[in-house]
Amino acid sequence: MKADVDHLLRLADVSLIRAGRPLIDGVSFALEHGSVVMLLGPNGAGKSLLLKICHGLIDPDCGERAWARATPHAYVSQTSLFLRRSALANVLHTLSLVGWPKLTRRRRALRALVKFGLKDFIHHPARRLSGGEQQKLAIARAWATNPTVLLLDEPTASLDPKATKEVEGQIADLRREGVTILMSTHDISQARRLAERILFLHAGRLLEDTRASLFFSGPSTTAARHFLDGVLQ
Amino acid sequence: MSLGFSDAVGLLSSGDPVFWQIVGRSLEVTVLAVLSAALLALPLGAALALHRFPGRGALLVLLNTLMGFPPILAGLFIYLMLSRSGPLGFLGLLYTPKAMIAAQALLAFPIILALARQTIEDLWLEYEEHLRAWGSSPLRAIPTLLWEGRYSLLTAVLAGLGRAAGEVGAVLIVGGNIAGYTRTMTTTIALETSKGDLPLAVGLGLVLLFVMLLVNSAILFLSRLGTWIEARA
Repeated sequence: MKADVDHLLRLADVSLIRAGRPLIDGVSFALEHGSVVMLLGPNGAGKSLLLKICHGLIDPDCGERAWARATPHAYVSQTSLFLRRSALANVLHTLSLVGWPKLTRRRRALRALVKFGLKDFIHHPARRLSGGEQQKLAIARAWATNPTVLLLDEPTASLDPKATKEVEGQIADLRREGVTILMSTHDISQARRLAERILFLHAGRLLEDTRASLFFSGPSTTAARHFLDGVLQ
Repeated sequence: MSLGFSDAVGLLSSGDPVFWQIVGRSLEVTVLAVLSAALLALPLGAALALHRFPGRGALLVLLNTLMGFPPILAGLFIYLMLSRSGPLGFLGLLYTPKAMIAAQALLAFPIILALARQTIEDLWLEYEEHLRAWGSSPLRAIPTLLWEGRYSLLTAVLAGLGRAAGEVGAVLIVGGNIAGYTRTMTTTIALETSKGDLPLAVGLGLVLLFVMLLVNSAILFLSRLGTWIEARA
């Protein structure tokens, strides 16, 4: 299946079944250019799994996933992992993996680190950076590969409010630059601040796919209402 | 005893060509054996760590068993292979340093392989999602994982070196302990002790101990240098 011309990514009736239980159950949606789409839902809803399916880290058991041709996409996991190297060397390694031209790798990596406020940590071992700096480095590393779509799995889950604000600011900057963001969160206030569109996921099922303003003013499902009220089991 | 020790020290400082020829031959055989074993065992260990195939479990049990392979049996095996009526007899390698290299390599190989496999498998568990997210296949990941695990792998090679350097039975069988040709420190120590020539045996023992000390110091230095360089990469 090919994604439509206007769609960067299309999922059609995607399911993932483990031990006879559907972890992702018949999810369909399409991703258009230039927006922040938030995968919202409680813990265990299947947000991370769905992001991994979107990126291609996990293949669905049924349904189809189709990226539009030549749509570079990058994935930033919830717990960023770095090689035992400097921040710069980590970005360089990623650029080499994605086949970035060798001659311009260093310039691109430095640009990414400066852009994301990591100028002072270029030569620091990546693993010794603080949680906030590591998350910025993970996003910088992803940005360096020049993605059209950035898949972010709860990028601020373990950050303090200051670091969360910085990372959110960078996500908003990326959106302004035209990068399409598909991001998961269970943080309702974060979704209110950043999202233009909400995909509400519960128990592996996509219950709502709507504009963020509509979702927060009047969700159409009971589960979403309960989630917003903080009473969803 | 103390007289034997002072004679040994005198022998070390005398520059006796026979003494130093034995030391040189021992180092040559051991270093070449461990290098050959490491060249095969490191990539093979990585491949075993990253690939699943039928019979893998049984193969791992066999390889782990070979870690405790009795040296005398390794010597016998190489002897049977290289003896005039053996399958490799036409090479004419029996009672040459090359046969001793083969015997020591055979002993070092399973140790380096098993430790390398475990190191790479642990690293793959840690890095799999990250490397796959950037499009790396297990095969492409091997150089990255070998580099990430370089200090643990150096320790594995060192363990192989310890096994090879201290070996006496196998090299005695396939080398024949020929004076000036296949006589090594360990075979000389065994021979001279049985003859009651303790100064030579103790002198060679001291050199053997010093070599191991030197190798361990070099590994420690390299490891610290690596960390220092990494922090400034």
